Amino acid sequence: MSRINDIGGMVGFSAVVVEPDEPPFHADWEAHLHALNALLIRQGVYNRDEFRDAIERMPPAEYLAASYYERWFAAVSTLLVEKGVLTPDEVAGGQDATAQRGPADE
Amino acid sequence: MSGHHPSAAIAERVRHIESLLERHGVIAPGEVDRRIDDLLAGGTPLNGARIVARAWTDPAFRERLLTDANSAIRELALSMGGGASELRLKVVANTAEEHHVVVCTLCSCYPTALLGPSPSWYKSDAYRARVVRDPRGILAEFGVDLPADVRITVWDASAESRYMVLPRRPEGTDGLDEAELAALVTRTGLIGTALV
Repeated sequence: MSRINDIGGMVGFSAVVVEPDEPPFHADWEAHLHALNALLIRQGVYNRDEFRDAIERMPPAEYLAASYYERWFAAVSTLLVEKGVLTPDEVAGGQDATAQRGPADE
Repeated sequence: MSGHHPSAAIAERVRHIESLLERHGVIAPGEVDRRIDDLLAGGTPLNGARIVARAWTDPAFRERLLTDANSAIRELALSMGGGASELRLKVVANTAEEHHVVVCTLCSCYPTALLGPSPSWYKSDAYRARVVRDPRGILAEFGVDLPADVRITVWDASAESRYMVLPRRPEGTDGLDEAELAALVTRTGLIGTALV
């Protein structure tokens, strides 16, 4: 059984786009997410294989629509809830940042 | 797909989760910033280039590198991570008959310790999908046109195994020392989508 990440050999993709002088991260949130994920793995909240798995079991349409670090964000959010570190409401809270900060410390 | 999208909303969500994890004591205040500094100060393609230059100038080292890369790179004070988490490294040498190129079709595995953060194109769906089906076409897009009789081998990296290409030493470089040779080597050459 293959999942959507198993795209080796799949046809229909466009030319490879190379960005000259590309920075390591394209936005601060990408760097923060990268660091956050490394810390969560180091602290044993989840391991590297669980992280990969969480990306690879994204719904196929979402996987293909997401940028590289958007996939990371989806996986980290999924795992924080599944491991009981944050509630679904807490993870979703940032979507409406001004309104939903209240019960986050419970 | 895999491009860069407008990011204000997701930036806010990442900030939100980071502050929650700090308040819950899962991560310490300032830890993320320190980790980012470490990331940016970490591996660089200069490490890979040093390995290549040593292999070009020291045939015995080249042999050790191609036989057991993890051990050989320690001679240059480099490693693929410490202790039990060390990743297996295989270095594959280009020759007149064979050219190597590296991909991770399933995600984005890459020898970060030797090459630094990977470029976006390496992680793109297009590269991952296409290089295993049409490596010659991908190489042509990168400006590399190999003679038809040169065999192309594509190495698919995994969670445990990483690959680096040892390019061929360019003609006319006999007079250069190791540092000058290292300066000729590019990240793209170490992935295999350039000749050097």
